[in-house]
Amino acid sequence: MRVTVRLFARLRELAGRGDLDCECPGDAATVADVWQQLVARYPALAPYERAVSCAVNAEYARRTSPIADGDEVAFLPPVSGG
Amino acid sequence: MTSLTAITPSVLDPVALAHLVEAAGHGAVCTFVGVVRDHHAGRQVTHLVYEAYEPLALKALDRILAECADTWPTARVAIHHRTGPLAIGEASVVIAAGSPHRAEAFAATRYSIERIKQIVPIWKHEFFDGGTEWVEGATADPDDAGARAEAMRRACA
Repeated sequence: MRVTVRLFARLRELAGRGDLDCECPGDAATVADVWQQLVARYPALAPYERAVSCAVNAEYARRTSPIADGDEVAFLPPVSGG
Repeated sequence: MTSLTAITPSVLDPVALAHLVEAAGHGAVCTFVGVVRDHHAGRQVTHLVYEAYEPLALKALDRILAECADTWPTARVAIHHRTGPLAIGEASVVIAAGSPHRAEAFAATRYSIERIKQIVPIWKHEFFDGGTEWVEGATADPDDAGARAEAMRRACA
């Protein structure tokens, strides 16, 4: 299945882009699988493994959350609004 | 702008936001304005650029309003957060809370800014003399009961 990945702030800069497509093999993929693919492509993201939050279709999600074809999966570095 | 929550590149207006939470039965309106400061971590800051994951940031602001409504049912809260480049002294966030008595208005305002810093997907890119840096605070987890309790503790301190 294919999902759209959104990256923000420093993650976006480390990857050099804020939007990309990610192909996940099999039909039982999770957010964690997308992250693994992403880190394989952009090893500079690896240090964020434990600090990152994630969202699926603009709703907060867990690493274990399932994803479906066409979903938007976002990875969020620690936030700093205010 | 008349919506109680907003993520906007436009200049924020604290007075307009305060009007949004007015009611005949309210004896208090409290506003908090977060302002761009000229220094951070010993560095001279020249300006900031705020980036947001807008659809989720709006939902997170709505969530904070719902949490306030649970705790202070008589209070009415509005939050607008700015995005894009901001100069020193400009408002990055405005919170307004109106309530029958002052205690709820103060508490809801403080609670809201603490929760913004915990769960709203907005990032501060700091530009200073000699470089730039993304400020990174909390790993956002809206279901983290401990974080919510800490925001409440600060609000009611």
